[in-house]
Amino acid sequence: MSAQTLYDKLWQSHVVRSETDGTALLYIDRHLVHEVTSPQAFEGLRLHNRPLWRTGSILATADHNVPTRPVKEIADPVSRLQVTTLDQNCAANGITEFAMGDPRQGIVHVIGPEQGATLPGMTVVCGDSHTSTHGAFAALAMGIGTSEVEHVMATQCLISKKAKAMLVRVEGDLRPSVTAKDVALAVIGHIGTAGGTGYAIEFAGSAIRSLSMEGRMTLCNMAIEAGARNGMVAADETTFAYLKGRPYAPRDTEWQAALAVWNTLHSDVGAVFDREVEIDAAGIEPLVTWGTSPEMVASVSGRVPDPAQEADPVRRQGIEKALAYMGLQANTPITDIRIDKVFIGSCTNSRIEDLRAAADVVRGRRIAGNIKLALVVPGSGLVKSQAEREGLHQVFLDAGFEWRNPGCSMCLGMNDDRLSPGERCASTSNRNFEGRQGAGGRTHLVSPQMAAAAALAGHFVDIRSL
Amino acid sequence: MKKFQVVDGLVAPLDRSNVDTDAIIPKQFLKSIQRAGFGPNLFDAWRYLDQGEPGQDPASRRPNPDFVLNQPRYAGASILLARENFGCGSSREHAPWALEDFGFRAVLAPSFADIFHNNCFKNGMLPITLPEAVIDSLFSRVDATSGYRLQVDLAAQEVRTPDGEVHGFAIDPFRKYCMLEGLDDIGLTLRHADDIRAFEAARQAAQPWLFHGARP
Ligand code: SF4
Repeated sequence: MSAQTLYDKLWQSHVVRSETDGTALLYIDRHLVHEVTSPQAFEGLRLHNRPLWRTGSILATADHNVPTRPVKEIADPVSRLQVTTLDQNCAANGITEFAMGDPRQGIVHVIGPEQGATLPGMTVVCGDSHTSTHGAFAALAMGIGTSEVEHVMATQCLISKKAKAMLVRVEGDLRPSVTAKDVALAVIGHIGTAGGTGYAIEFAGSAIRSLSMEGRMTLCNMAIEAGARNGMVAADETTFAYLKGRPYAPRDTEWQAALAVWNTLHSDVGAVFDREVEIDAAGIEPLVTWGTSPEMVASVSGRVPDPAQEADPVRRQGIEKALAYMGLQANTPITDIRIDKVFIGSCTNSRIEDLRAAADVVRGRRIAGNIKLALVVPGSGLVKSQAEREGLHQVFLDAGFEWRNPGCSMCLGMNDDRLSPGERCASTSNRNFEGRQGAGGRTHLVSPQMAAAAALAGHFVDIRSL
Repeated sequence: MKKFQVVDGLVAPLDRSNVDTDAIIPKQFLKSIQRAGFGPNLFDAWRYLDQGEPGQDPASRRPNPDFVLNQPRYAGASILLARENFGCGSSREHAPWALEDFGFRAVLAPSFADIFHNNCFKNGMLPITLPEAVIDSLFSRVDATSGYRLQVDLAAQEVRTPDGEVHGFAIDPFRKYCMLEGLDDIGLTLRHADDIRAFEAARQAAQPWLFHGARP
């Protein structure tokens, strides 16, 4: 057999049948479900009197709407209805749900891996674009819409067509203070937010292999911001060590059998990709987005771009619109940008390693006087309790941060955590779209370390200078 | 799903690239557990001067006169002309639901984000990819001609202009078939239930750990 990419292997092993035009019925191993994109799917099944195909494949949690302050009940009746609808749908169908109040509840993309419910070689879907996160485990993971959620619930399959394969190779050593988040932003800055459209991206190279699972998840999480529905990383010892002993992971003799399969989950030598991109790890700097698209990114030591320097009229207009929305002047040094709020959380950067990294910056210091709110929102109840065992919550609280309960929180502000019009935020989330964190809010995407440092200084700082 | 055969409609231009699904339908409206009723909040943050919240009476809102869809000449448009990477970002199917509820049946752009593109087909909304140059020229014509209409013919895979130009477009045969007939693809997939069961049984035998739940 000719050399295959990891994507080829994952795709091929899930094809139930395929049509002559390449449309395939792809078998789905794991289906993650949350409250926002599932109610209409359950309703559709009920209307057609269709049963769920395999209830055991589903793991559900409420994350987008949940309050991050300790409350018994969600105050907003519309949010509450959505969450209780999920509870009822799960109960009625015998689906495992980590509901509000369960110590394992959290952001769907944090809890799947944490439980070992995301395993190498799986297909993983969720009605959420950041499902690409799970590709960090050499899984074929993709976000789907609500009609597809219903389709997978009813048939355990997805109708799909194979994408092209892209290899993003990052070779060399990342410099100190440069994180997986910076790698993700560097890739998006390089290929653009539509650069990955129609592709499945495999991240490879020595810099990727040296990332922890948390780092790989951060990177794959943002594959969708480069337009790619899937991001993935080959399985290796780091993957296996992370999974061992997790509740859904295989054990004993099954663990050995699984390893034999998982050890094949990498691209073969000589495998051909439709596109290859090479990035020098040593050239990546700590990055900050200045605009309203994740590709609008600059080094922390750089400046806000000048639209007058852009020759392409559509791009120039894009920069002008973004600067107007962001309330920024061309050529302003990034480190002169003062911020109002700080958000450390989201499925991109709310895992234990992220919180440790931020706490290391914060330890023993205080947030600046102009910071109205600095939030730390752990990705799951288990991340939260782990952090508390390590005393990280105290580090944040002593510095003036708020320490909250798990959920999506100010990543998109469907609960009470949001920006007010004109407020500027250093955020570890993944989208800086207009109004994403609250109507009129201005988002700068950064790593946890950079967000922590910005909270202390009241403006962006080059963490390499600390 | 509504059948899509020929749509002859007024064209509204949305001249910006990377229009994301957060902009198409902002998050506060995703709290609905219904599939309909999103049209009044399509492009909410651009379309109104006041802040949109679920449950408002649309008549009480303050429309933004500068936003293109509020201009009387585009009232009743059923074809949206857009720029590159339309529908990027969140996977929310509420985006095509909102476009459809507003009255759009087709979106023409040089490129679409993958998930949005997929979601459109499930809702009788036709995303049509045309070359950048064609889109550019359509933008100038829509701008210059009040009441500019296009005809979209799915069976023929053609977009026809009033002056007789014809632009062909590509579409997967399976998707085309489902759209033309207004078919529910779950029903179609379930015709292959035996294949799925056989595949599943073999997979479970070979890799049983993929089928376990949590153990204490
Ligand atoms: S944390 Fe943000 S990006 Fe992630 S699932 Fe929640 S809302 Fe989506």
